[in-house]
Amino acid sequence: MSYQANLKVWRGDDEGGGLRDFDVEVHEGEVVLDVIHRLQAEQAPDLAVRWNCKAGKCGSCSAEINGRPRLMCMTRMSTFSEADTITITPLRAFPVIRDLVTDVSFNYEKAREIPSFAPPKELQPGEYRMAQMDVERSQEFRKCIECFLCQNVCHTIRDHEENKKAFAGPRYLMRIAELDMHPLDTMDRQHQAQDEHGLGYCNINKCCTEVCPEHIKITDNALIPMKERVADRKYDPVVWLGNKLFRRT
Amino acid sequence: MVEVERLSYDVVVIGAGGSGLRAVIEARQRGLKVAVVTKSLFGKAHTVMAEGGCAAAMGNANAKDNWKVHFADTMRGGKFLNNWRMAELHAQESPERVWELETYGALFDRTKDGRISQRNFGGHTYPRLAHVGDRTGLEIIRTLQQKIVSLQQEDKAEFGDYEARIKIFAECSITELLLDNAGGQKRVAGAFGYWRETGKFILFEAPAVVLATGGIGKSFKVSSNSWEYTGDGHALALRAGAGLINMEFIQFHPTGMVWPLSVKGILVTEGVRGDGGVLKNANGERFMFNYIPPVFKGQYAETEAEADQWLAEQQQGSGEGTARRTPDLLPRDEVARAINSEVKAGRGSPHGGVYLDIASRLPAETIQKRLPSMYHQFIELAEVDITKEAMEIGPTCHYVMGGIEVDPDTGAAATPGLFAAGECSGGMHGSNRLGGNSLSDLLVFGRRAGLGAADYVRALKSRPEVTEEAVNEAAAIALSPFNGPQGKAKPENPYTLHAELQQTMNDLVGIIRTGQEMQHALDKIAEFKVRCANIESDGGRAFNPGWHLAMDMRNMLLVSECVAKSALARTESRGGHTRDDFPSMSPEWRRSLLVCRAAGDDPVMPAVTVTREEQPPMREDLLELFEIEEVGKYFTDEELARHPGRKG
Repeated sequence: MSYQANLKVWRGDDEGGGLRDFDVEVHEGEVVLDVIHRLQAEQAPDLAVRWNCKAGKCGSCSAEINGRPRLMCMTRMSTFSEADTITITPLRAFPVIRDLVTDVSFNYEKAREIPSFAPPKELQPGEYRMAQMDVERSQEFRKCIECFLCQNVCHTIRDHEENKKAFAGPRYLMRIAELDMHPLDTMDRQHQAQDEHGLGYCNINKCCTEVCPEHIKITDNALIPMKERVADRKYDPVVWLGNKLFRRT
Repeated sequence: MVEVERLSYDVVVIGAGGSGLRAVIEARQRGLKVAVVTKSLFGKAHTVMAEGGCAAAMGNANAKDNWKVHFADTMRGGKFLNNWRMAELHAQESPERVWELETYGALFDRTKDGRISQRNFGGHTYPRLAHVGDRTGLEIIRTLQQKIVSLQQEDKAEFGDYEARIKIFAECSITELLLDNAGGQKRVAGAFGYWRETGKFILFEAPAVVLATGGIGKSFKVSSNSWEYTGDGHALALRAGAGLINMEFIQFHPTGMVWPLSVKGILVTEGVRGDGGVLKNANGERFMFNYIPPVFKGQYAETEAEADQWLAEQQQGSGEGTARRTPDLLPRDEVARAINSEVKAGRGSPHGGVYLDIASRLPAETIQKRLPSMYHQFIELAEVDITKEAMEIGPTCHYVMGGIEVDPDTGAAATPGLFAAGECSGGMHGSNRLGGNSLSDLLVFGRRAGLGAADYVRALKSRPEVTEEAVNEAAAIALSPFNGPQGKAKPENPYTLHAELQQTMNDLVGIIRTGQEMQHALDKIAEFKVRCANIESDGGRAFNPGWHLAMDMRNMLLVSECVAKSALARTESRGGHTRDDFPSMSPEWRRSLLVCRAAGDDPVMPAVTVTREEQPPMREDLLELFEIEEVGKYFTDEELARHPGRKG
């Protein structure tokens, strides 16, 4: 029922490091995080790894498994053959702190730059009325567990460090879409997304959607509709004329 | 001299789950400067794992619901051991706390007329749980997180600095509370800890600390809890001179996954049963009808037909029917014991659980819509399609009812300047918590603790001071695992010791207990405490999980001792404390709380004393909410003399 798996695990810190080989026992039904825990308990007690719930709900144990961004707690060992070597490396788009732990503070900084929910001022607590159909669109995006796999895989950031300043990344553009589609939000989110958070940098390659462990259709349901709405306003001749005539200063 | 980063705040909140964040919001809104310290990243706290919902008597699904009904359900669920004042405040204030979340941006599921939808749950008379599918905890933590960001944005606009009044210290652990002893009165002066990333020390100088550290489930092998649940707040409070109550009461959630082994314990929401799922044994029988205890006789359906009729009435939203609710929705302690008995009697499933069947009860599409996380969890982790097959489930350690004894209105603990809220505080849930009452507890008492701390700080005449000596001592204790064992003792591996503690607590202080086994557990814990001092941590201070666990072990051992000692002392069965050698419930014990305190001078793992103390008697107008026949099953004659049913 159990076997020895070959693991290559990246170990090191911000000054450098490399892949180390380990043989670790694997039991039936286990996930990659179980095997990493066994490695910690038996061979490498100081192996740095971030995790919390081990149930796919908190989004802490993100890593790259054979080059693919995944949650370690939701990657079953049975998806590999017993002879496979499994390579586990830290998220590539963020600076390494130690071993499998990276500095994800970029994401929290971006989160803070997006203006918060702005309900109508006169509406009192308990008076909110919204139809299920209308909240469902934003609810899909609120399933996000902030594992940052989409931020990690998006090539706009992954391959272009210099874009980090101007581009909020799929998770936070989706947050803007969520607020835009909130039935009671009163703020203009479309200009924000385009002008301040770099929606234009998104090439709709759908890599974000592909790695999302919550199966949120980030590109189709959040980013493309946002792009369409921005385009509608930008190229609508009436809006264009209005902006020319009554430009706000 | 150790190198320590020193910072000064008005209030330090330890823990960034629901109660911690709600406390932060309250203290900040009252103008104080607040630090929130969390062992994990911001937004990862255990609150994310709450699934079913947040109980609040808003009356959206059934207009007959109100705070009095919610109060009575909570007391019943806790077998009347609850602190009645906490249960009262909780029932009264939870609707406001839920509505407030909507103003922060929360998007709950809706009723047809656009209000917040409410779902059925065990022990709640009416559909009462505000929810978002089966990911309500995630919605609540994200909402509170986003509210904090919005307050930081206001501070940025006002002071040019996001962190002018709220700063989040993520991946930072507190190891010790530091006290000021000036004038012979011990009071909170600060909190000492380390950054997980670098291992460097940090000192918060603050007159008020709010503990919001959650539970203790990581001392048990089969648990639904995340790694953070090592009882830090419980242990910090004990060492700072506060008392813990109700530590013998541990909730084993009836439905955790049982297979594969690596996911054993992961939660299966009670929402499955709330939405019509039923428990079955290996013979396909709905066994819960055989387990309605005498105290709940007459309140639950006695036949499958009646139970199904009740469900149909609920789903039509009539709520006026004559049928009684299904016993699948008895309070959690009752259901967990029933499952345990079925398995013991040889009617369990292949992997030692029973079946939870939603597949034959609802169309596949509805299941996927209402229970998306459960569908996902079973497909991905167990290769089971819950729309086609029954789930295999069994009890899992889920929640500790016990915790820091606090003043109900302010959250203040016995040590001045110390406050607590949420799972790490005790009293609210009595001997057993109803599902859905945790998220609302976090909001109601998180707010109250933030308020209590703010008022305390405002009223202070002088700021307390942290001594250099105390800082040096705390640093030495934190670093001691790197020194290895003293003398010739064998160096211990923290992971091995942790696994042994989990096995011991699971086997000897689990769902069914005996005096002999608990004594055995206490002997083992004494041995573990000695071995814990011999832990040797390899490697350096930068993000070293072996060292982190070495420090967490001390808290787990201290708290485990409290659980085992209190459980041994309470010679009755009630709620989350079931004894084979004392199987019945006693009215005399209902009046008593067991209070754990630290004794002796070991600064790391002190001895634990347990004292039996009286509960405050319930206010008469609240006692009158119950029929004499019902309370007669729980209270002593002397107490009942105040009930109008007796006064005549």
